This record gives sequence, C-alpha cells and structure tokens, in this order.
Amino acid sequence: MILETGRPAALVALAPLSLLLAGCEPGAKESSQLGPRGAGMEQVRKANLASNPETPPPSAYKLETREGQKAGEVYPDLKLLGNISVEEFGLLMANITEWVVPKDAPPEQAGCNYCHNPENMGSYEKYTKTVALNMLKMTKNINVNWTDHVKQTGVTCYTCHRGKAVPEFSWSSQPDGPQGTILRNRHGQNAPVQAVGFASLPNDPNAFFLGNSEIRVGATQVHPGSQPTGIKDAEVTYGLMMRMSGALGVNCTFCHNTHNFADWNSSRLQRQTAWYGIRMARQANEDYIQPLQTVFPKDMNRLGPMGDPMKVNCQTCHQGHSKPLGGISMLADNPALREIWSPKTTSVAAPDGAVQAPNGAAVATGSTSEAAVSLGQTFREAGMAPAG
Amino acid sequence: MALLSFERKYRVRGGTLIGGDLFDFWVGPFYVGFFGVTTIFFAALGTALILWGASQGPTWNPWLISINPPDLKYGLGLAPMMEGGLWQIITICAVGSFVSWMLREVEICRKLGMGYHVPFAFGVAIFAYVTLVIFRPMLLGAWGHGFPYGIFSHLDWVSNVGYQFLHFHYNPAHMIAVSFFFTTTFALALHGSLILSSANPQKGETVKSPEYEDTFFRDVLGYSVGELGIHRLGLFLALSAGFWSAVCIIISGPFWTRGWPEWWTWWLNLPVWS
Repeated sequence: MILETGRPAALVALAPLSLLLAGCEPGAKESSQLGPRGAGMEQVRKANLASNPETPPPSAYKLETREGQKAGEVYPDLKLLGNISVEEFGLLMANITEWVVPKDAPPEQAGCNYCHNPENMGSYEKYTKTVALNMLKMTKNINVNWTDHVKQTGVTCYTCHRGKAVPEFSWSSQPDGPQGTILRNRHGQNAPVQAVGFASLPNDPNAFFLGNSEIRVGATQVHPGSQPTGIKDAEVTYGLMMRMSGALGVNCTFCHNTHNFADWNSSRLQRQTAWYGIRMARQANEDYIQPLQTVFPKDMNRLGPMGDPMKVNCQTCHQGHSKPLGGISMLADNPALREIWSPKTTSVAAPDGAVQAPNGAAVATGSTSEAAVSLGQTFREAGMAPAG
Repeated sequence: MALLSFERKYRVRGGTLIGGDLFDFWVGPFYVGFFGVTTIFFAALGTALILWGASQGPTWNPWLISINPPDLKYGLGLAPMMEGGLWQIITICAVGSFVSWMLREVEICRKLGMGYHVPFAFGVAIFAYVTLVIFRPMLLGAWGHGFPYGIFSHLDWVSNVGYQFLHFHYNPAHMIAVSFFFTTTFALALHGSLILSSANPQKGETVKSPEYEDTFFRDVLGYSVGELGIHRLGLFLALSAGFWSAVCIIISGPFWTRGWPEWWTWWLNLPVWS
C-alpha cells in the first residue's frame, strides 16, 4: 500500500493539511438557498460571524399628526422643508442632529450649532449647512426617484452617517502609482486590499461609481473578434464585483447564476436592484456630492488626496449587509424625506432587457446556450427569481 | 472471449469476503462474486432511476438531463421523490455500486495474493465522491449541498459553488490539487514516452533494458527514480490529486465561509511584517 511504501511522502502530505486546518473557521454554519435546487447558489456563513445589522436609533419622539402651521410660514427662507408643519420640521432637525452631528463636538459645533449660527439660523455662513442642504436634496431624490433600488424602505442621513459627520465608508480618487517606470508600479493591481476581497484584481473599482460606463464584459458570441472588451476589462469588472460583494456581505450567487453572469434570464432579481443601485450611487456622486468640492474646507480631511470630496459606493449604506440596517425603514417617523416639495425630478432610463428579461422574456440576450434558456425556465417554474 | 490457456491456473477458489463459494464463479472473462452481484444491482437500479427521472423531466437532451438534490429546507431528512428524493436514492445506489466494485477488486486481489493497491486507489476516488455528496452535505446540515447528476448542471454547480467563495483559485487545497493533477499528467507523459522509447523500438532495433531508461534520466536530470519508484511516484501523485480535491471542497463551507482570497490574510498578518 502507498502508506507502507511511501511513508515519508505521506507524512509530507499530512503536514500542510494540519497547517491548513489551523486557518479554518470551526463551528456551526448557516446556509440559505438562492436558486433552484442543485444549482449551487447559496449563502453559507459562520453562524456567529454573521453579525446582525445595526438597529437604527429611535426617533426623538413620535409625530402625532402632520397637521399644523407650516414651517414655511414661520421660517420663510426654507428651501426644502417649508411645506411640513413646524412640529414635524423640529422633529426632523432633532433627528438629523442625532444622525449626523458628532457626539464629542466642541460646544460651538455641538447640536444645532454644527450647521447653524445660533444667532441667525437661516444663514449659510457655515459650510456644513450648504452640505446638509445638498444631502437633504439627495436623500429626497433617492427616496422618491430610486424606489427601484431603495424600495419603500428608503434612506435617511443615518443610513450612511451612523452618528458620524463623515460616513465611515466613503471613497475619493487616489493618486496613480509611479509613472514611466516598471519598478514598483503595480498598475493598480496585485495589492491585496479589502476593497477587492484581498485578490490581486485591479483594486480601485470606484471609478465605476462615476460617469456612465457599462460593466458588460461577457462575450456576446462564440468567436473572438467583434468583442469590444478584453480580459483587462473583465478583471476590472471582477474587482468591482468583489467590492460590491464585500459591501453587501454576500457572494457572487446572491445576484448571479454564474453559468452565465450576463444573462438576465437566469440572474436573481437582486441583480436588477443592484443595477439601479450603481446608477443611484453615480447620480449621488455626480449631482450631489461632486458639486460640493468647492464648499468643503481643504484643511479638515473633507477632501481626498486628489482634492475631490468623499463619495459613496455600495458600502457607504450597506456596510456589510444585503439590506442596510437590516431593512428597517426610518421613513415612517420622518415622512418628509420622501417628499419633494419643489419638484425637481431626475430619472435614468432602464436598459433594454434589465426590467423585462428576468420575468420571462423569451429572448436571452447574448446567450446562445440552450442550457441557459432551460435554466431560465427552471427559475420561473420554481418562482425563485421573482421571489428573491 | 476465449479463455487463454495460462489464465486457467489463476482462476482459484476462495478469497471471498462474503458469500463463500456461492458467487465464486466467472461469467466469460468477468469474476462475479457477491460484490459483483451487488455492483450489478446498484448500478442497474441507479441507472434505471436516472432514466426514469429523465422521463419525468423537461428534456431528453443528454447534455441537459439533470437529477437535482433536494432543497436545503429538507435538511438531512428524506425529501419527496420528485423533489430530491430520487437524487438521494440514486446517491445510495452510486455509493453502493462504487464500494461494491472496490470490494470485488479486493476479492480478486485476495484470490491472486496481490496487494490491495488498486482497490485502495479506487477508494480514494470514491472518497472524493462521497466527500462531495455525503460528508460535506452532512457537515453543512442538508443534502441539498450535494451536486446535481447532469452533464451541464453539475458544471453549473461547480461554477456557482466556486463563486460562493468569490475566487476559488485562492483555495489553498485547490491549488495543491490542481498542481497534483498537472504533475500527474506530466509524470505519466514522461514515463509513457520513456517506456515506449526503449521497449517499442523501430523494426530491426533491439528492445532496450531498463538500464537504458534509468541512464536516460540520469543523463538528463542526474537521477532516476527507478522502475518501481516511478510507479510509487505516479500513484502518489494521482491519489494526492484526488485527495486534495476532496480537501478543497470539504473546507469550502464547513471550514471557511468567506472569499478564499481573504483566507490568505493570515500571510499578510504574520507578525514578521504586519
């Protein structure tokens, strides 16, 4: 037998095994099924490693009624919240203070004073008020125009800020590595950073959260030639997907059936939600945060090394959970956050196929595989994709 | 198939593990034995059940036929026949026929007074299969973690399970297993070509002795592992490939739940440089 004749070799084989076990996670695991049986689409996680999402703080007090004298009548220069009652306005201001203003701020910056000059509450002399105004606009825009992503749960300042003036998870442009040399130039990859799950992939995927580039890298036909994207594009996309996966605390099969990543027919409904989420984050960055570049002070760590403001990506809200704050909505106590008083709506059109496809359009764009169509049918029969 | 004259002397009675003389006979060239009977039973039943399952499914396309394991909600219990119960019975049939085949090899080894290397080697393959459909599902608490019995569907399963860990190529045991698979083919190519080059000469040339083979590799590498040694090495490489394959999947889930690239942070966090 091999163990008799090859004992030293067998021992050599066992040594790395014991090393391997030293790096493992013992203990019970929790698993959930994400696709049809046998598809291998699952979340498996260590039972006590899956930390519970943070519970949002309670509202300062409950609003009995939304009736009453309008805030706009008392504070005539209100730009966004003039249509709600004075009481509701006061409550919202109290809640925002709880959500955003640091607890350890010095007295002149504590509480209301963080944004307001107590002598003249309507003044914009503090930059924080201009920022807060833009962020309020952004929050309302998200809750009103991006229900494809935030559903009826919606977001508040707390979703990102969590009691901090600057959200813990944000990003800004990073300087390029040394140019004109191959020495120490990693070309933005081969550095194991958490953003890309410690893989060697291109590790600054945040550029996707600006502009309007597409992520499509899957080949649309069998033979090469007409494919506009290459392996480098695929690796950048892989890095972005690692970023999203880490931000949501899920693996690839949360959205994709990996037999064909690009095929909407066999993807889960979550992939559509994510598609809208990327566009939502882009709009938040482009239309609401980037314009504040000139507003933020340069000397307070409010700008990144390249001088641009700290921007959002999936992690900013999600913070490791597929539903931020466990999917608990804070809008019931703060209904004004999903009303746009002086309507100024913006919307982005859905791509062809993004909406209809997963619910059963017969065309599987980009898929020539009979198996793909067949599996799509399995999804529909099992009711997996729409149910999520 | 005709029985060669010298084969008769190897057809000796005895050596059976179960059944005594009852199944101790040959059919044509095949030794039967108790485990031959159980092999036939399980293999026939399992194949029939796969065909029956296919008849109840949406397609007869051989690429797409798939017998799927149960939903995770059935845990380690029995599932209804058309919702994974069939997969469970077919799994029992598969394990039954594989193990029967191995034990039939053992009986043949015993008859011939040979070592058990062949059944042991086959046992490693069975171990890898059983790891996938029995051990890992048991550790994770549901038969639904097994892989589906279908040509395309099991490939999709492999892909999805790999992407459950974000980037499976960072799985250290997968790295070792893949290295052993490549090394196995490398060793077999070297060995096969070496034997042919010396033992299958052109017409008119003489067959060379093993000393030529050894000398070839001594000239090339300064060392020859030897006639027996190359077979030990080959068996070790091949079994290691299968063994580490089993390790790489048993640790994925039961012993590690995050992305495999993240596992390597132990290296980044070594006190030497962190």
